[in-house]
Amino acid sequence: MSASSAFNDEKGGSSSVGEPEYGHDPASGGIFSSDYKRHDDLKEMLDSNKDSLKLEAMKRIVAMIARGKNASDLFPAVVKNVACKNIEVKKLVYVYLVRYAEEQQDLALLSISTFQRGLKDPNQLIRASALRVLSSIRVTIIVPIMMLAIKEAASDMSPYVRKTAAHAIPKLYSLDPEQKDQLIEVIEKLLADKTTLVAGSVVMAFEEVCPERIDLIHKNYRKLCNLLIDVEEWGQVVIINMLTRYARTQFLNPNINESLLEEGGGGDKTFYGSDEDEDEDDEEKEKKAEAAALAKRKPYVMDPDHRLLLRNTKPLLQSRNAAVVMAVAQLYFHLAPKAEVGVIAKALVRLLRSHSEVQYVVLQNVATMTIKRRGMFEPYLKSFYIRSTDPTQIKVLKLEVLTNLANETNISTILREFQTYIKSMDKDFVAATIQAIGRCATNIGEVRDTCLNGLVQLLSNRDELVVAESVVVIKKLLQMQPEKHSDIIKHMAKLTDNIQVPMARASILWLIGEYCEHVPKIAPDVLRKMAKSFTNEEDIVKLQIINLAAKLYLTNSKQTKLLTQYVLNLAKYDQNYDIRDRARFIRQLIVPTEKSGALSKYAKKLFLALKPAPVLESPFKDRDHFQLGSLSHLLNAKAGGYQELPDWPEAAPDPSVRNVEVPEWTKCSSREKRKEKKVEKPFYSDSEGESGPTESADSESDSASGSESRSGSEVSGSGSESEESEEGSESEEEEEEEEEKDKKKKKKELKNFFFFVSTIAPSSALKNYELLHRITGEGLSVEYCFSRQPFSPDANMVAVQMQFTNNATSDTKNLHMEDVKLQSGMRVKEFPEIELLSAGEMATAVMGIDFCDSTQAANFQLCTHTRKFFVSIQPPVGELMRPIFLTENEFKKEQGQLMGMNEITEKLTLDAKCRNEHAIVQRVTTAANLSRVPCGSDKEFAGRTVTSSSLVLVTVATKEEGAAQLTVNCEKMVIGTMLVKDILLALTQ
Amino acid sequence: MIHSLFLINHSGDIFLEKHWKSVISRSVCDYFFEAKEKAVDPENVAPVLQTPHHYLISVYRGKLFFLSVVQTEVPPLFVIEFLHRVADTFQDYFGECSEGVIKDNLVTVYELLEEMLDNGFPLATESNVLKEMIRPPNILRSVVNTLTGGSNVGDKLPTGQLSNVPWRRAGVKYTNNEAYFDVIEEIDAILDKSGTTVFAEIQGVVEACVRLTGMPDLTLSFMNPRLLDDVSFHPCVRFKRWESERVLSFIPPDGNFTLMTYHVSSQNLVAIPVYVKQNISFFESGSCGRLDITIGPKQNMGKTVEGLMVTIHMPKVVLSANLTATQGNYTYDLATKVVVWDIGKLNPQKLPNLRGSLSLQAGAPKPDENPSLNIDLKIQQLAISGLKVSRLDMYGEKYKPFKGVKYLTKAGKFQVRT
Repeated sequence: MSASSAFNDEKGGSSSVGEPEYGHDPASGGIFSSDYKRHDDLKEMLDSNKDSLKLEAMKRIVAMIARGKNASDLFPAVVKNVACKNIEVKKLVYVYLVRYAEEQQDLALLSISTFQRGLKDPNQLIRASALRVLSSIRVTIIVPIMMLAIKEAASDMSPYVRKTAAHAIPKLYSLDPEQKDQLIEVIEKLLADKTTLVAGSVVMAFEEVCPERIDLIHKNYRKLCNLLIDVEEWGQVVIINMLTRYARTQFLNPNINESLLEEGGGGDKTFYGSDEDEDEDDEEKEKKAEAAALAKRKPYVMDPDHRLLLRNTKPLLQSRNAAVVMAVAQLYFHLAPKAEVGVIAKALVRLLRSHSEVQYVVLQNVATMTIKRRGMFEPYLKSFYIRSTDPTQIKVLKLEVLTNLANETNISTILREFQTYIKSMDKDFVAATIQAIGRCATNIGEVRDTCLNGLVQLLSNRDELVVAESVVVIKKLLQMQPEKHSDIIKHMAKLTDNIQVPMARASILWLIGEYCEHVPKIAPDVLRKMAKSFTNEEDIVKLQIINLAAKLYLTNSKQTKLLTQYVLNLAKYDQNYDIRDRARFIRQLIVPTEKSGALSKYAKKLFLALKPAPVLESPFKDRDHFQLGSLSHLLNAKAGGYQELPDWPEAAPDPSVRNVEVPEWTKCSSREKRKEKKVEKPFYSDSEGESGPTESADSESDSASGSESRSGSEVSGSGSESEESEEGSESEEEEEEEEEKDKKKKKKELKNFFFFVSTIAPSSALKNYELLHRITGEGLSVEYCFSRQPFSPDANMVAVQMQFTNNATSDTKNLHMEDVKLQSGMRVKEFPEIELLSAGEMATAVMGIDFCDSTQAANFQLCTHTRKFFVSIQPPVGELMRPIFLTENEFKKEQGQLMGMNEITEKLTLDAKCRNEHAIVQRVTTAANLSRVPCGSDKEFAGRTVTSSSLVLVTVATKEEGAAQLTVNCEKMVIGTMLVKDILLALTQ
Repeated sequence: MIHSLFLINHSGDIFLEKHWKSVISRSVCDYFFEAKEKAVDPENVAPVLQTPHHYLISVYRGKLFFLSVVQTEVPPLFVIEFLHRVADTFQDYFGECSEGVIKDNLVTVYELLEEMLDNGFPLATESNVLKEMIRPPNILRSVVNTLTGGSNVGDKLPTGQLSNVPWRRAGVKYTNNEAYFDVIEEIDAILDKSGTTVFAEIQGVVEACVRLTGMPDLTLSFMNPRLLDDVSFHPCVRFKRWESERVLSFIPPDGNFTLMTYHVSSQNLVAIPVYVKQNISFFESGSCGRLDITIGPKQNMGKTVEGLMVTIHMPKVVLSANLTATQGNYTYDLATKVVVWDIGKLNPQKLPNLRGSLSLQAGAPKPDENPSLNIDLKIQQLAISGLKVSRLDMYGEKYKPFKGVKYLTKAGKFQVRT
């Protein structure tokens, strides 16, 4: 530092004025005149004996290089220090050498011998670094030396040196392409390498030097697939991209049968949903020829090697590196059977959380994918919603994706979302949104009118750009069915007075001209106005005025003849030659003179021919002929060095080429071994994952040991840590867990069951009521419960299941019911007589009662062969209904219709034990025979009363600290009130 | 692959260049400057540009552009991801990634770049390997270096590159062995005018700070791993164990690192911790408007909401804001038209309110769109999804480490439309 400050003094303030930002740094450029002097100073420092001075000098020189300042005149002084003992000086000298060797070839040769010595060093790292620098020096004379060094390094013991050799290959190739053949030999050798360290680098070399030599991969294919997960991330990207290409040449199209099926009548619709609609057409064309040949072929069987690739790349979707995820995603997109491609969607959506540049690239690729495989991204629709803080380019891409994803089912949500976008402050984005609406309207017929109406409303927007864009889009939409919309055309004709954007004016004029027959009164007037302002219009507007004039002349020459003449005369003297030409051309065509040829007869046909409606297409259509994720795909143009993604072969090449004689490679990677060891231990049971409560800073209770002893000591020597103390408690815990797990499992099963048989099955335990106590019944006891099963003989009846137990010592005979007393309207279906109930036995019977949706009791006599008992069954209100299945939307809709008098709301504080969702659901469903609305945001339940089928809707909205609100909507107010009471009771106790 | 790298500051000065192959003139950046000029906002510069002979791929980080030049086909994400990794490395080394620190450490930066790529292909990007070769600067060392003429280049050879666990260097020693994990969850949400959720999801990340001696092998398990829907891992995590047992088993890198990021399965409802009552309106006449915002607690699981902040990007025509806040204070930046209301802790008894009038440019039409509100908040000791770490086990070393887990919930991209 002392030296540098001295230098600063010497230099004075000379540099500080010109470039203040460099002022603090002594090595900055400064003024030219002082350069030589300063370099003398540096030379002196480099020549000195002190390492510290040399280091200081080198640091300043490197800083100069970093700033892009020229330091080449110091070459001789620097290169002398290449053999310096100080490792940092040496490194910096290397940096300098690599930068300037190309310019000072002769002097650079002085350093070569140092590196040659380094190549023989016993330390692998020194060998590697010597090779690295040597190969980076771009001096043609040393090509033979480099070649030799690379060949030697390729068979080095150390994988690190071999990796460096792989890196050196493309360097040498770019220096001297003549060496290709020799280099391919080295690549072939290194491809056979069995370490993960080398794999990525050598594939990179392969891609740069000889990507066409796909035959070199055969023998290494399986090895690469298996090593892949352990290769460093950058290598993974390169390998995956290369293997995608390889697979395209070696395996059969896994979707070939599906395309055949589709042609056979679209039989697979049910499997792949609606996403294949567009696909079908494309594929049909593409595959027709192929399919014909393959029609009688045996069913497609995936090559095991193809499967291996898919299987081994899948885990990499979880990589933290966006490039790796994208590489796997494109591999799946290009290679996987349709049914499996879906897995990549989730990972790609995840990348949307990343930096905006990553988003930009990912969205471009998603946009392409959504055209071919819409279904894949449909579940993630909302992830593409736009935030006002997104950069415009991201917004536009998201919009593109949303538009591609639009279909009949989700269009209403998407359009609602678009409505918010239209109000955005970002006008470019608003314009893009309007175009997107236009595209949705053309693609989905159902919403065309809605969209059109929406766009017409935009015509009165205050922002001119918005209006202009709407006009352009409306024009395209109207072309599809003009006859219906003459009033829109009229409306637009009025706009010509106000709107100034040329493109919009031109669009309106074209529209009026094209459909002048629909607006016969307005069209000539528009032409009159336009004729007036003709000279001040933009060129595209002028052209359309001429068009309009011509069309009107042909259809309505009486009114417009003079106007047309006038416009054509104006155009004749226009500055723009295009307009002058057009005017002449049109005059000849439409105005009949003696000289005019046969053409003018057909003028009407020429001008007013039926024009096909424009197809609004995604700009991402057909981009997938570029390999996804590639630069070429992003730019939609072939980049230099892009390797075309080959088409699938018609017949698979011989798969045996990939067979390797000695499949011993697995043993070479130590990491691989580690993994295998892991797999062998099936002990690591699931339960461990959810074990004891070891939260936060508990340095004392290290819980490592217990599980370790069970797992068969992965790492020796640490097994016997504090086992004794822990084991007891842990095993207990585990038991508990086990129990809990069982319970959970059952619950889960129940849930599943419930889901499938949702309307019928009771979701909670049934409550038993006593009908006859065994003392009053003299030994006969009867219990009943509401079984919540449909009563099959009569759907309007509630099924009551009765259980008879004979506790007496003698048999009971002829159990039946008599003398049923009911309120009007109620009905009972008696249970069949039980002829004999032996002592100590039990029997069950089911009866049905129609309670007429009231809680009136059904009274009757229960008779045995000796006695009669008066009994009554009074239903809790919750049993007067049966569950129905509603979706959340239906629920909300129904609820909306049952407001006012039909809605009862009660606030409550939940019982301490039932604050979680599960408990609430359980209690509500126990209290009333209702079913939970799946996926509802609140806890919502639905049912219908048994007799009158009135809807019963229950909502429990929970708030903090156990506060909750219960809402019951039911047409039958009495039932509603009673139900509120019952559920309230159930939830608060 | 990557041919050259230029670092460009906000005002368009190239202050560092590095070439991994032959030198490319810095005039290639002119194409970029042109695009930058056109894009107004630096965020809107297309990350990939095509020029007659080169392709320019850039990222924007910390008010700096990292502009790389490539000549041939290369996956753009590969380059973008690498450039971000470079920025991360600078951050890791110097504490921040800004023009100032890069200029102050120009030589170290240059050496780092030299090691990170070889002939344009990534060589060593693990910060642990890099730190072995090039020591990060610290105050003590720079004082010692000045006195003794020592260097910041490691004198050891980078053995990390040779190991099977390249992310961890050998021979780590600590007197206090500790392993801390931060479970940080971010709520991304869009709420519409009426307060209903248009879209909401939870993204989480587990940040680790592990300072353990030797080669520990850790296993981290969760009480409820089923919550995790989509995960991505640091390369150290053994994926197969996760697949089969839902535990994170790994040999940790030394120091700070991101262990995993996750997405909570969308079946689970997302609790929205606050509600916002807002009324922003502009009047047709009189060129003024009114603003009234109240924030209250919603589903915050009984925890306090802290660090509450509301950012509003006002329309261009809003000239000034005359507001009063019942809690915290607000600023209105006239240049960027951004209102920032820094509230702090949310008191449920006394809800914070911001109200007042906005004055618009005279004569300008009233803006079409009401500005949306971006909410920022923090809830300590809570992972809003309910995710819980159940235990951390260590194998392979005999000492007992000090362990800890912290939870934090933050607002991610939390936007209220008005």
